[in-house]
Amino acid sequence: MSVRQSLLAILAEGEQYGYQLRHEFELRTGRTWPINIGQVYTTLNRLVRDGLVEEAGRKDDGSVNYRLTYAGREEVDQWWRSAVDRATPNRDEVAIKVALAATAPGVDAISVVQRQKAETLRVLQGYTKEKRAMPHPAQGDDLARLLVLDSLIFSAEAEARWLDLVEQRLRAR
Amino acid sequence: MSSVDTPAGAEPDSGAVLLRLHEAARVHGSGTAVPVHALNGVSLEVRVGELVAVMGPSGSGKSTLLHLAGGLDTPTSGDVVVDGVSIAGLSVKARAALRRRSVGYVFQDLNLVPALTAVENVMLPRELDGVSTRVARQEARAALTEVGVEELADRFPEEMSGGQQQRVAIARALVGPRRLVLADEPTGALDSLTGEAIMRVLRARVDAGAAGLLVTHDSQHAAWADRVVLLRDGKMAEEAPFTAGFPR
Repeated sequence: MSVRQSLLAILAEGEQYGYQLRHEFELRTGRTWPINIGQVYTTLNRLVRDGLVEEAGRKDDGSVNYRLTYAGREEVDQWWRSAVDRATPNRDEVAIKVALAATAPGVDAISVVQRQKAETLRVLQGYTKEKRAMPHPAQGDDLARLLVLDSLIFSAEAEARWLDLVEQRLRAR
Repeated sequence: MSSVDTPAGAEPDSGAVLLRLHEAARVHGSGTAVPVHALNGVSLEVRVGELVAVMGPSGSGKSTLLHLAGGLDTPTSGDVVVDGVSIAGLSVKARAALRRRSVGYVFQDLNLVPALTAVENVMLPRELDGVSTRVARQEARAALTEVGVEELADRFPEEMSGGQQQRVAIARALVGPRRLVLADEPTGALDSLTGEAIMRVLRARVDAGAAGLLVTHDSQHAAWADRVVLLRDGKMAEEAPFTAGFPR
């Protein structure tokens, strides 16, 4: 869903070829979530089918230039105006694993939690080290990466705190 | 490495151990009372250029560790070496002198003397060191510049934001020859962006040739450290090395 909306949002800034869209998406989101070109074209084909995007021309090599339709522009406006749905939680492998460990016979759930916390902190330190190395204050593509890094850092910190709480609850039972 | 009278701005002798705890223990109560092992055999080194974070639940020994590291207290067994001097055998007076000469503190709040301006707060330890007012003022201004608040030199603490006060506190902690900064939840009272700015300053000062021990409950700020020491029931649970690799 987010790839579809993101490609529409980028197309709202002007016509783009498929490979340009992929490059622009990755750059503008801090190169955090690589997408393959096949995924871009699959998404574009669906958007054309749904009447949100149309062909604006072709190069000699056959590559297609895409642009938004009026309906596509309305879809983008609607996306900016609304909040991302958070009522349906994403599947979280850590939460799922820890919940299962707590009730699985023969599994040392506290060890599972402690190992996970060490990993979460390791990743948190890695993100922070990257943040330290960035130009300060960050601008342009660096700002995009910084904002995504901040998000990853806050998520990792929240996960570490949650794992602390889990450990306390497991010890208290 | 017995004395470190390096003038500000001199080449830091990177890698020198500024703080060493060797099997340090602190037991409260003896005789008939049940002894409490506030700290139970902790070994730790902090070198020039290193920032080490200490985390752990309440009552895990974080404060005791910080008190020992700063020479506010002495170990009941083991040793604590601050700037090359073992504090175990020192008199109260000698410990106070070592503290004043080698260690700077940054707390969560109430760091500065309210009746003194920023520059006067930073001058204070240097004047106690016995340097002239003129030199102390020069050094204090330089220290304020290094933490990015030179323009606040003549402001009183109440005229500064929390983040600005913490910068002044960091400047004071590391003015003159002091190279060991002990920070106890220095970002505790600050919003996220200001807290990050303080971690940036602390990190930069350490990178420029100081050593830092940071007590925090916030893993986000601990992640600015080179290593994280986790205390549990007065013992070191683990020491996580700073890792360079991370997923992209």
